[in-house]
Amino acid sequence: MSYLIKGETCDWEVVIGLEVHCQVISESKLFSGASTLFGGEPNTHVSVVDAAMPGMLPVINEECVRQAIRTGLGLKAKINKTSVFARKNYFYADLPQGYQISQADKPIVGAGTLTLDMPDGTSRDVGIERLHLEQDAGKSMHDQDPKRSFIDLNRCGVALMEVVSDPDMRSPEEAGAFVRKMRSIVRYLGTCDGNMDQGSMRCDVNVSVRPVGSDELRTRAETKNVNSVRFIMQVIEFEAKRQVGVYDNGGQVVQETRLFDSKKIETRSMRSKENAHDYRYFPDPDLLPLIFTDELIEELKAELPELPDDRKNRYVGDFGLSPYDAGVLVAEKDTATYFEAVAEGRDQKLAANWVINNLFGVLSDRSLSITESPITAGHLGELLDLISDDTISNKIAKDVFEVMLETGEAPAKIVEDRGLKQITDTGAIEAAVDAAIAAGPNQVEQYKGGNEKILGWFVGQVMKATQGKANPGQVNKLLKEKLDG
Amino acid sequence: MSDLTKLTIAQARDKLAAGECTSVELTQAYLKAMEAGRDLNAFITETPELALQRAKASDDRRAKGESLGAMDGIPVAIKDLFCTDGVLTTAGSHILDGFTPAYESTVTANLRDAGAVMLGKTNLDEFAMGSANITSYYGEVKNPWVGADGKDLVPGGSSGGSAAAVAGRMAMAATGTDTGGSIRQPASFCGITGLKPTYGRCSRWGTIAFASSLDQAGPMTQTVRDAAIMLQAMAGHDAKDSTSAPMDVPDFEAALTGDIKGLKIGIPAEYKMDGMDAEIQALWDQGIEWLKAQGAEVVDISLPHTKYALPTYYIVAPAEASANLARYDGVRYGLRVEGDSLDDMYMNTRGEGFGHEVKRRILMGTYVLSSGYYDAYYIKAQKVRTLIAADFTKAFEDVDAILTPTAPSAAFALGEKQEDPVAMYLNDVFTVPASLAGLPGISIPAGLNAAGLPLGLQILGRPFDEETVLKVAGVLETSAGFTLHSGVED
Repeated sequence: MSYLIKGETCDWEVVIGLEVHCQVISESKLFSGASTLFGGEPNTHVSVVDAAMPGMLPVINEECVRQAIRTGLGLKAKINKTSVFARKNYFYADLPQGYQISQADKPIVGAGTLTLDMPDGTSRDVGIERLHLEQDAGKSMHDQDPKRSFIDLNRCGVALMEVVSDPDMRSPEEAGAFVRKMRSIVRYLGTCDGNMDQGSMRCDVNVSVRPVGSDELRTRAETKNVNSVRFIMQVIEFEAKRQVGVYDNGGQVVQETRLFDSKKIETRSMRSKENAHDYRYFPDPDLLPLIFTDELIEELKAELPELPDDRKNRYVGDFGLSPYDAGVLVAEKDTATYFEAVAEGRDQKLAANWVINNLFGVLSDRSLSITESPITAGHLGELLDLISDDTISNKIAKDVFEVMLETGEAPAKIVEDRGLKQITDTGAIEAAVDAAIAAGPNQVEQYKGGNEKILGWFVGQVMKATQGKANPGQVNKLLKEKLDG
Repeated sequence: MSDLTKLTIAQARDKLAAGECTSVELTQAYLKAMEAGRDLNAFITETPELALQRAKASDDRRAKGESLGAMDGIPVAIKDLFCTDGVLTTAGSHILDGFTPAYESTVTANLRDAGAVMLGKTNLDEFAMGSANITSYYGEVKNPWVGADGKDLVPGGSSGGSAAAVAGRMAMAATGTDTGGSIRQPASFCGITGLKPTYGRCSRWGTIAFASSLDQAGPMTQTVRDAAIMLQAMAGHDAKDSTSAPMDVPDFEAALTGDIKGLKIGIPAEYKMDGMDAEIQALWDQGIEWLKAQGAEVVDISLPHTKYALPTYYIVAPAEASANLARYDGVRYGLRVEGDSLDDMYMNTRGEGFGHEVKRRILMGTYVLSSGYYDAYYIKAQKVRTLIAADFTKAFEDVDAILTPTAPSAAFALGEKQEDPVAMYLNDVFTVPASLAGLPGISIPAGLNAAGLPLGLQILGRPFDEETVLKVAGVLETSAGFTLHSGVED
């Protein structure tokens, strides 16, 4: 299922690399004690270090370092036992130091792998080049005053992990899957909340194109700060077409930084290579190199939670779920937690079916997340128990499910209150079967004439008479006995 | 001139303890001397009220038997590179106009907590960049010593205000900072003692940064003993500075045993420069004889990469400075010169706010870090820096301390060397190598030249071995018998 763009002379494929900026979950900032809480009044979470007052010095927040190592381990990446912070120099009003403390040639995490789960159930590996730690900048507000810009430094100095992928993706879908998987992993790890709408996960999208069959890497354009999976995919679609157009017209794609306009769904040039910043990276003399022991890395590794790939494998191997279903269930940590609560001690496939086929549709219709589900995992589990012990049929269970959605009541209570218990009393069912046979002499003729499908008519009659509560298995068995006999 | 301003810290400590004077009396004497010496322009800000308040508090403590120790009640001047809570802090720059920190640097907080009385903030080369104290926005500082021809002399730099204040008896002692020689060279020019501790011995937190991997605070005093006492109060590990050494502070004064028998003192061949001033060479030779006479063994050593130290320094220090000074952008504090756009505002503010020498160094630093030049300059300089440090490491396998001149000349006249930055940079030729290696070094006044101006000798030591440096310096001081008799009337 390759993604190709038709050009005038040939088909083109798109080459995509992503840089994902993940805000680290930590109490305080990367180099200061100020709070990282989101949504405070402007400039209320700012220390003298963040504001770059004269003489102030950064001191590394060790928890941020541990979070970066955990994330590196989650990406099956090499943890660099020595890494170095560097100053990235540029001037902007929301960058008080006049440089960002980042990491250049010695990042904390080296090469790793991220496995994409594609919608068709297949998997594919994308290389991770590196992960490094850096400070976030503050926020400039240009819409508060006609002449002046206002600066909010609350976010300034918050720790970010920048994850850089290899240029391994070949379609917008793969890029989307990459970001979703990245988000899933950091959420499992608890190292980033992954909330793109709040800016705690942002993406720079590098796109180039090349004729199909070529293995060259052509000039790329980088679109900065894209903040949703949909936008990322739109950027790639737009850029791929734009660049093919440039080549078709005999032009050359220029290396540049572009911005995405989500209203017009297009990218626009922000600055060309000629005007690119020379960041003049050099090791930050205020900070010592980060040096880790194997013990620390092993200790953090031992504490890692089960990650989505492992969990998916467990669902397929132990529960017998399809890779697709397993992939859907593990994608979000909260979903997997919900599913496991439903499946605990029950038929896991039945549980998966109910979560995926019944619950997901409702949540999607109502735009609810799994944690906002109107039906608790406990209640859904009880509903499955009522099916398994033949208290209600699958069909009745669906009705009960509807009532649960509206009332939030326990399924057993609904079944009791509404008298939905399955009729398993042979006598009662037999009476209804006899009545159905008596009511349909024509249908009996047809059945005897070899039309076995007509059996469904009799089942329908019996169900109608019992308000659907007759055990369908028993009904079928009795009907066949009587009609065949 | 009051006798009180002739006291050393050690003497004042004893007098205060004996009840023969009070901190308020000492402080009043110095405040008077500061007023009388204003033409030297040693202070940017005088803080008489704060000083008297602290002096009174010191006397009250002492009356209750709660003296904080040797520095309690001692009036000192603070280089205006240290941020001081509620007191204007300028770094000698226009760009910090009106900047009054709400925090106290660790070093000055340590001194304050030891009971020291801050008299005011001393003048300095802008952002500590200079060797003559002529680049300050607040004007040049005059050396209390006057040349035979009556010309005004520079006090050296960048801690020129501190050196002039101590030499001019306007402070019992002062803090300085040394990046490439900014404590030792002005100490030499002004005939006082200046100690640059090992990099990491004193916290850099709250001291306005020039070159982070080199900056180090230290005491500027009348005597070696005073340097030991004052460093004791300034030093110590600080969790707020990641490069501060997590080490205990030894009893520096106890190191002043006067006994250097058997110590091996190295004389580096490479410091004998072509065209070296004969008087400097003679003083150095004299220093060797003094040490030998006291039982030290003097040996010739080699520090082969010495000649690369100055060029290396003038890559590393400006590179760091170019980033350290990026924060002075007119956005949050200090000077702002408005413009039509953010970039205009930056250019206007920094264009007006920084002086020539600071701009020169920002340009040099920006250049050596630029894409395409970084490897050839910055990376190479870092490699050479490693070699320079290795020279010292190797030398210190054989010797306990190294003796050199502090500066290639005595104080020169105001106005000299101002048009030639390289000639100015050569002032630091003997001090810069130890700065690059992070080693402790002290300059002590060891004699006068023919014009009657003081000359200093420098003792360098192993990392965190300020004790040996002080011990050797103490012996030299005694041998030299130097007394402070600068232009200020005694």
